[in-house]
Amino acid sequence: MNYALMIAGMAAVTIAIRAAIFVLGDRIMFPPLVRQALDFVPVTVLSAIVVPMVVAPHEAGLEITWRNPQLVAAIVAVAVCALTRHQLLTIVGAMAVFLVWQFGILS
Amino acid sequence: MSEPTPLSNLAAGARDTVPMMVGAVPLAIIYGALVAAGPMALWHGQLMSAAVFAGSSQLIALGLVASHAGLLVIWLTTFIVNLRHMLYAANLLPHVAHLPARWRWLLAVLLTDETFAVMTGFYYRHPQAPLGHWYFLGSAGGMYVNWNIWTLIGLLFGAAFPGIQSLGLDFAMAATFIAIVVPLLVNLPRLAAALVAGGLAYLWRDLPYNLGLLAAVLVGVLVGISLSRYRARGGATQEDPA
Repeated sequence: MNYALMIAGMAAVTIAIRAAIFVLGDRIMFPPLVRQALDFVPVTVLSAIVVPMVVAPHEAGLEITWRNPQLVAAIVAVAVCALTRHQLLTIVGAMAVFLVWQFGILS
Repeated sequence: MSEPTPLSNLAAGARDTVPMMVGAVPLAIIYGALVAAGPMALWHGQLMSAAVFAGSSQLIALGLVASHAGLLVIWLTTFIVNLRHMLYAANLLPHVAHLPARWRWLLAVLLTDETFAVMTGFYYRHPQAPLGHWYFLGSAGGMYVNWNIWTLIGLLFGAAFPGIQSLGLDFAMAATFIAIVVPLLVNLPRLAAALVAGGLAYLWRDLPYNLGLLAAVLVGVLVGISLSRYRARGGATQEDPA
C-alpha cells in the first residue's frame, strides 16, 4: 500500500468536506434524510471495526469463549464505560484486563 | 476589562479550548503509538496528523490498514466519517461569510468537533463579535498544534518500545473505539444501528476490498433511521389521538 497516497487522498477528502460550505457559501443544502443518517455514522463505523476485531481476533473463526482475552476485555470496557462514561478509565481498565488475561490467567 | 485585540481573542480562543486539548491527548498518543507498531513509517503518522487532522478518521484508517482494506474503501470511509464537518460549517457560516477567502479556507481546514463546540458557545454568548475569527483561529490552531505535538510523542513512545505490539497494543484501538461508542448509545435506534453494523461487519468480513464494512455501516444506518422514524410515528399517534 502506498501510504503517502492514502494520506493525500484522506486529506483531500477531509479538506473538501470542511471547506465546501465556508468557500462556496450556503448553496449546499442538506436533505433531512442525510442529517438523520449522519447521526448514525460514528456508532456504526466504529462498531463495524471493533466487533470483528474482538469476536475473531485471529481472523479465523468466531472465538466466543472466555479464553479470548480481546472479548473478555471488550466486555469489561463496555461495562466500565456504560457505568462511568469515563473515556480514559475505560481504555486503561480494558487494557489492564486484557494484559492480565493474556499473560496472567491464560499463560 | 481592556479593549479586545486580535491577540487577546486568539489567546482567549486557545484558553477556552484547553479542556478539549487535554481530552485529545490520550487519543493522539494512542494514535501515534499504533502507527509506530503498525506497517506505516513514523513520518506517515505525523503527515496524517498534519494534513488530515481528524482524530476519529485517522484511527479508523489505521484499523482499516490493519484489516488490509483497499485505498478506495479507506477514502470512502474517511468521507462518510468526516461528512459531519459539513454540518458544522453550515452552522458556523453566518459568522464567517463576511471574511476574506483566505480566512475562510484557513478556519475551514482547521475545523474539528472540539472547535465547533467551542465556537457554538462563543457565538451564542457574542452574536456580534467583530474579532470572532481570531478567537476561532485560537481555538482551531490550538487544537492543531496540540494534536500534532502529542502525535509526535505517541510516535516516539511507540518507536521506543517496539515490543509493545506483542503486548496487544492492537487491543488498545478496540478499547479506544469502545470508549468512544458506548457514551453515544443513548437511545434504542443508535444501539440497534451499532449492533447491526457490528454483526454484519463480522459476517461480511471476507468480501473483497473490505466492502463488507461499508455495506454493514449502510445497513446499520438504515436500521437506525427506520427505527427512529417508526418511534417518531408511534409517539405522535400516542400523544395526538386526532
